[in-house]
Amino acid sequence: MSTVIPHPTASTATEATQARIEGYNFAYLDEQTKRMIRRAILKAVAVPGYQVPFGSREMPLPYGWGTGGIQVTAAVIGPDDTLKVIDQGADDTTNAVNIRRFFAKTAGVATTDRTVDASIIQTRHRIPETPLTEDQILVYQVPIPEPLRQLEPRESETRKMHALEEYGVMHVSLYEDIAKFGRITRSYNYPVRVNGRYVMAPSPIPKFDNPKMDRMPALQLFGAGREKRIYAVPPYTEVKSLDFEDHPFEVETWEENCALCGAGDSYLDEVIVDDQGTKMYVCSDSDYCRERREAGHVGDGGPNSGGPQ
Amino acid sequence: MADTIDIRPGFADPVAASQKVFRAVLDAMSRPGRIGTIDETIEPPAPLSVGAASLLLALADHDTPLWLAPEIRTPATAAFLRFHCGSPLTDDPGEAAFAVATGDSLPALDGFSVGDDAWPETSTTVIVQLDELTEGSGLTLTGPGIATEHRLAVTGLRDGVWPEWTANGALFPRGIDLVLVADRRIAALPRTTAVRTED
Ligand SMILES: [Zn+2]
Repeated sequence: MSTVIPHPTASTATEATQARIEGYNFAYLDEQTKRMIRRAILKAVAVPGYQVPFGSREMPLPYGWGTGGIQVTAAVIGPDDTLKVIDQGADDTTNAVNIRRFFAKTAGVATTDRTVDASIIQTRHRIPETPLTEDQILVYQVPIPEPLRQLEPRESETRKMHALEEYGVMHVSLYEDIAKFGRITRSYNYPVRVNGRYVMAPSPIPKFDNPKMDRMPALQLFGAGREKRIYAVPPYTEVKSLDFEDHPFEVETWEENCALCGAGDSYLDEVIVDDQGTKMYVCSDSDYCRERREAGHVGDGGPNSGGPQ
Repeated sequence: MADTIDIRPGFADPVAASQKVFRAVLDAMSRPGRIGTIDETIEPPAPLSVGAASLLLALADHDTPLWLAPEIRTPATAAFLRFHCGSPLTDDPGEAAFAVATGDSLPALDGFSVGDDAWPETSTTVIVQLDELTEGSGLTLTGPGIATEHRLAVTGLRDGVWPEWTANGALFPRGIDLVLVADRRIAALPRTTAVRTED
């Protein structure tokens, strides 16, 4: 019988250090904080899918801007790394640009838009379409790390459920969806089971991206700043989206291909192109789309563009 | 006049060195059985190896109780680690966050902390100093981090460790994690790694 005991290091895990105004530590964080986060990351890798608590520090960006992912990246990154930051698949959103600048300024690292050139990719809401390699680390920004939170608000209870591998409530909830709507309606943050043990929140990526997590050659690290949790999926580790024999997991598909590059295998965003509400579909992963266009692939240009340029 | 112990220097550039050592051990832990190298130039007091000392300088501090096997706990090693890491030294391997032992006299694995089902990260990370580590032959490793299987040969490890390791694996999510060190070479076995010996 397992009882839930208070976390042994909880007393030291909540103090916040002062933001430094003049002069930065390498990658902003002080060394003691980095050590603590690094120890948490190592244990997270050793227990795939389990959420390790850590003493999150105050960062010069508000919660919701990826402070958990930033702290993980700050603990991992070194001067030889090349960093890519994406937000909803794009490198040029305010969030992605700010985070990239933050590390360029505090760690002096090279940054890139190109997935293949990055050694660390910090992401919010997408996994790149280009398959990642053993030489890369993918860092996810996580708003709510606990996959059972919507079903059980009490942390002490969800911790017990993970400890005892009691995931019936999650299956019941998904099955209620099927009973009501004929299918599982959840399209983002679709829960997964890691290495046949922990149920894990993949962060708000579209379920389209879930299969990419399975046996990915790259190390996957997850940081939740507000909730102070780090978790990991080691390379080549099974990540299975929860489903039922009579309702197997399925990803989104589109009738259309990307209007710009013609891709039929990528996650598409709907874009309104004029005042009449005319839609076109383009790759959400802007680097993937550009690489394809540079390689000569052409889409049909969308409904009103007069075809390929 | 009190005896003084000459404390050897730690990392010349602690910020850069800690990051590099961490990446080496992160890579080792993420790809069990793959051997990484610690490049830092330090000369820790014997019998502490460069690999083990570097890991502790990078990861240990006053929040991480440290257990040293009797053959490793000398006045010089204790002073070195207290000074550079600030870690409290404990006599009980069961309360250590990090432990350092020599392969041929490694204590029974179940003497270390295996953590709790609700808090499995509180287990001991055991650093084992070996004579040699070689990839490509010897033990067969499978589990998370390994595409098919990795082979790892270890020299200088006492008999009977692998049945204990299998028992440790059966405790999952509880369990210790091992970092194997031969001078500057490191490999890691997280609790999820299954080890098959040659028959
Ligand atoms: Zn495209």
